[in-house]
Amino acid sequence: MSRIRNLFAKFAEINSRYREPRIEMSGAVRSALLVLRVYLLALVALMIYRFVQIVTHG
Amino acid sequence: MNFFARLYYPLRKAWKAVGLYLVIAGPGIVVMVADNDAGGITTYAATGAKYGYHLIWFLLILIPVAYYVQEMTVRLGAVTKRGHAEAIFDGFGAFWGWFSLIDLLIVDWLTLVSEFVGMTAALAIFGVPPWITVFGVIVLMAVIVLNGRYWTFEKLALLFCALNLVYIPGAFLVHPSVRDVLRQGLIPNFAGGFDGQLFFFLMANIGTTIAPWMLFFQQSAVVDKGMLEKDIPWGRFDTLLGSIITVIVAVFIVIVTGTVLPGVDIDSAAQAASELMKTDRYVGTFLAIGLFDAGLLGAICISLASSWAFGEIFGWAHSLNTKIRQAPWFYATYFLMLITSGLIVLVPQAPLVLITLFVQVIAVTLLPAALVFLILLLNDRTTMGERRNTLTQNLIGGFIVVSIIILSTLYGFSVLFPNLFK
Repeated sequence: MSRIRNLFAKFAEINSRYREPRIEMSGAVRSALLVLRVYLLALVALMIYRFVQIVTHG
Repeated sequence: MNFFARLYYPLRKAWKAVGLYLVIAGPGIVVMVADNDAGGITTYAATGAKYGYHLIWFLLILIPVAYYVQEMTVRLGAVTKRGHAEAIFDGFGAFWGWFSLIDLLIVDWLTLVSEFVGMTAALAIFGVPPWITVFGVIVLMAVIVLNGRYWTFEKLALLFCALNLVYIPGAFLVHPSVRDVLRQGLIPNFAGGFDGQLFFFLMANIGTTIAPWMLFFQQSAVVDKGMLEKDIPWGRFDTLLGSIITVIVAVFIVIVTGTVLPGVDIDSAAQAASELMKTDRYVGTFLAIGLFDAGLLGAICISLASSWAFGEIFGWAHSLNTKIRQAPWFYATYFLMLITSGLIVLVPQAPLVLITLFVQVIAVTLLPAALVFLILLLNDRTTMGERRNTLTQNLIGGFIVVSIIILSTLYGFSVLFPNLFK
């Protein structure tokens, strides 16, 4: 039990250590990250669609 | 006498330079040659069988592509002394950090399974049962990493890189027409016209040139080796040499299958080796040995890429210069990845083909992100200082990164929807 607690504590510590992005968030960086988010969401949506297609139609 | 006296100092200087390079040599060559893993060998064998020598020119273009991307990891590692996973966490925060780390874990594990598939198939040609191959590989890899020295690991890995050159004598054994190779291979052309299938092959070749784990591996290896900013020029040379070697090996595989198996549809490198056995026993043997070696080298590097990344983030000791007692979690991650992926191959009816295909799809979720982070980190003035990307490097690197993202994404789509480019 304490091991699981330690593991969660470790995750929390990592999250707190890297809470703030150190890189300067200029307009270009923000735009790049936004495009990346949109790209990844579209890709995941496509994968889910394909998965559902395979499951329902074989 | 005067002539020899004048020659002495330049020769001594050159010899010293070679000696210095041999100390620095390693991460670039190892990562590049390991890129010719089981999946890569299959792609090149299928390309040669399908299009003969006609796409050799395209493979040569991949030398600068691989070089420019991997060179950035050398600079980033030497300047920041951080691996790629830690650099992403630090630069972009926990959200992107966890995304990259978990994605890397999934991609690496799936790729490891495909390496084991390649290795077991290669040795099955010689009658070795899969369980012996899996067990033997795990023991061999334990011996390679458990000696407690990065230097020993690297030199052993370089030995396996040298074995990857087995395709070169293999190509000479099949007596290709040098005139045809030069005439058809070096002049850019699209044999039979540009159609969907050709596009698929071009995408597959690019997809095998840059894999996500390569960015993580080389940067961590640069850090573990202890390379400094002053070593960057040698690190660049090492990376360039590695990218040339990897493409030369790919070209010779294309020559072998283009000469002996023209028009044959190749689904796996093991199938190519079996087909070659029927025509020339030695060439088939070379291809099978090369496939095993490629899988082994890929497996060593991929499992290390994950262990380094987890060690960096969780704050565990994560160096090959440490003994197992000093870095238990680092080695535990390494062997957990290795043993679980090896065992999957032994499970009867395991969906190995599906896993092999799935690697390509998952990789396109990580590769674009890792490449975008790489470019952004290389432009960070605070961290990189004088070593940050110049305008020219940004233009070349940016063009390459955007091209890789588009083509690898289309490749991923073509795996999801097989009839897309037919």
